[in-house]
Amino acid sequence: MHELETILDALRETGEDRSVLEAPGTAHLVAEGNAILSARSVPGLEVDTQETTTGIAATVLVREGVRIEHPVHLCFGVVHPRGLQKIRMDLRLERGAAASFIAHCLFPRAEKVRHEMEATVDIGEDAEFDYAEVHFHGPFGGTTVIPRSTVTVGRNGRYIGSFTLTTGRVGILDLDTTVHTSEGSITELTARVLGSGCDRITIRESVSLDGDNARSIIKTRIALKDDAFAEVTGVTEGNAAGARGHVDCMELLRDRAVARAVPMVSVTNPLAKVTHEAAIGTVDRRQMETLMAHGLSPDKAVDIIVKGMLR
Amino acid sequence: MALLEVDNLSYHAGERRIIEGLSLVIDPGEVHALIGTNGTGKSTLACLIMGCGGCRPSGGEIVFAGRRIDELAIHERAALGITMAWQEPARFEGLTVREYLALKKSGADPAACLVMVGLEPVRYLDRLVDKALSGGERKRIELASVLALAPRLALLDEPDSGIDMLSTGDIIGVIEALKEGGAAILLITHREEIAHMADRASLLCGGRIICTGTPVAVAERYRERRCIVCDGTECDYA
Repeated sequence: MHELETILDALRETGEDRSVLEAPGTAHLVAEGNAILSARSVPGLEVDTQETTTGIAATVLVREGVRIEHPVHLCFGVVHPRGLQKIRMDLRLERGAAASFIAHCLFPRAEKVRHEMEATVDIGEDAEFDYAEVHFHGPFGGTTVIPRSTVTVGRNGRYIGSFTLTTGRVGILDLDTTVHTSEGSITELTARVLGSGCDRITIRESVSLDGDNARSIIKTRIALKDDAFAEVTGVTEGNAAGARGHVDCMELLRDRAVARAVPMVSVTNPLAKVTHEAAIGTVDRRQMETLMAHGLSPDKAVDIIVKGMLR
Repeated sequence: MALLEVDNLSYHAGERRIIEGLSLVIDPGEVHALIGTNGTGKSTLACLIMGCGGCRPSGGEIVFAGRRIDELAIHERAALGITMAWQEPARFEGLTVREYLALKKSGADPAACLVMVGLEPVRYLDRLVDKALSGGERKRIELASVLALAPRLALLDEPDSGIDMLSTGDIIGVIEALKEGGAAILLITHREEIAHMADRASLLCGGRIICTGTPVAVAERYRERRCIVCDGTECDYA
C-alpha cells in the first residue's frame, strides 16, 4: 500500500486531489511499475488490464452511444528512484460514444526511471474523446519518458488531446503523436512543457487531414531555462477538400537554453488549407514592460508570462 | 510642488534627435494634453518618463515627486505611482482579464473598472487578455487596468485610438475618474474633444514643446500650422 499512498500523494502535483479517485461514479486505474494497485469501472466502460513483466497492458472500450459522465482517471507511475514502466493501451470509442480521460503520470522520486507508453486510439463516427495527460517527474531530472500514440478519428468525430509537464524537471521527453482524421472531424493537440536544468525535450505531433472538411490545430507551448533543449515538430497534411489545419508553436527561452521549431505543412488537395506560425525567443519586451508598469518586478513579470503561456 | 518635472530632456537615436531640450511640468491632479503630429516624439516622451522601450535620456532629467527617476527601472517608477497605457497594449496568453486587473493588489474592484470603460464584467472578466480580443476591447481593458492601479501619474498614449467615436464618452469617463481619484494625467491624443478635457495642453514639434496653454489655444495653434513638422523656426528641428 506504500506505493499507492505515494502515487495518491503525488496526484497533487498534477493539480488533482486524491479524493477524485474515491468519488463513486468515477472510473480509475492506478498502476505502479507493473502492478495494478486500484481499479474501478463504470457502466458502459469496459476495461481489461493485465500486468506484464515490465508494466501493464490495457484494452478499453466505450460502447456505441455511451457517454461516460465523469472523467476517467488513469494514474501511472514509478514511485521508487529507479524503475521501468511500459504501458500498452488500446482504446476504442464506438459510434456516438463520448469519454474524457485524464492520465496522471507520476515519477516523484525519479533518479533513473524510464516510462514508455504505446497507445492506439480509435474514435468512431460521431464519437468524442478528450484525453489530458499530465506529468510530474520530480526534482531530479532522472526520468526518461517516451509516449507514442496513434489516433484515428472517425467521420464527424472529435479528438482533444493535451500533454502537460509544467512542474518539476522534465529529464528526457520524447513525445510522438500521429493522428489520422476523417470527414468532418475535429482534432486539437496541445502540448505544454517547462524545461530546466539539462532537460531534453523532443515533441513530434502529426495530423493527417484525410477527410473532407476535417479540421485540426496543433498548439505547442514550451518555456526553457538553464541549459534545457527542445525540438518541436508539428506536421499537418491537408489531403481533402475543405480540410483546414493550423500549426502554432511558441518557445520561450532564457539563460543558455536552445530551442528549435520545425513546422511542416503539406497540401495535396487544392481545396485544403494549412497554415503555421512559430515563434522562438526571449520574453517579449512589451509584455515585460507592461507588467512592470503595473508594479511587478522583472522576475514576477517573467513568471506570469511563462505561467500564462503554459496554462 | 510639481508632481512631474521634465527639464531640458534630450533623447537621440544615433544621429537622429527625437527629443531635444524638452521641458514640461505637470502638477498633482493636472490633466495635461500632449498634441502633435505623428513622429514628433509624443510616445517617446511617455516612454522616457515610464522608462520603457529601451529609451534612456541622452541629456536632461526627469523628477517625480521631488525624486529624480530617470535612472530607475520601470517597476521602481511604478512603485512611485507612475503607470502607462500603451497605444497598442501587449497581449498575454493564459492571463484572464480578472487576473490582469488584479496584478497589483490595489483593492480596486475589477468588475467596477470594466463597467467604467464600457465593458460588461460578466462577458469579459474570464476572457483572456490575448489576441482574441479586438483592438478596441484590449484598449478598454488597458484603461480599466490603469483605473485599478489608482496611479499618481497616468501616461495615456492615445487612449482613444482604435475605439469607436460613439464610445468617446467612455474615455472621457476614465479620465474624469482618474482625475477624481487624484491622479495627474499626461494625455496624448489626436482628438480635440478629448484634449479639451485637459487643464493645460502642450504642442510638441520636432522633439520640443513649442507652446503650452489652454487646450483650446494650443489646438488652435496646431490647426494653424501648414506643415507636418514646422520649418524649424519654432522647434529648431531643421
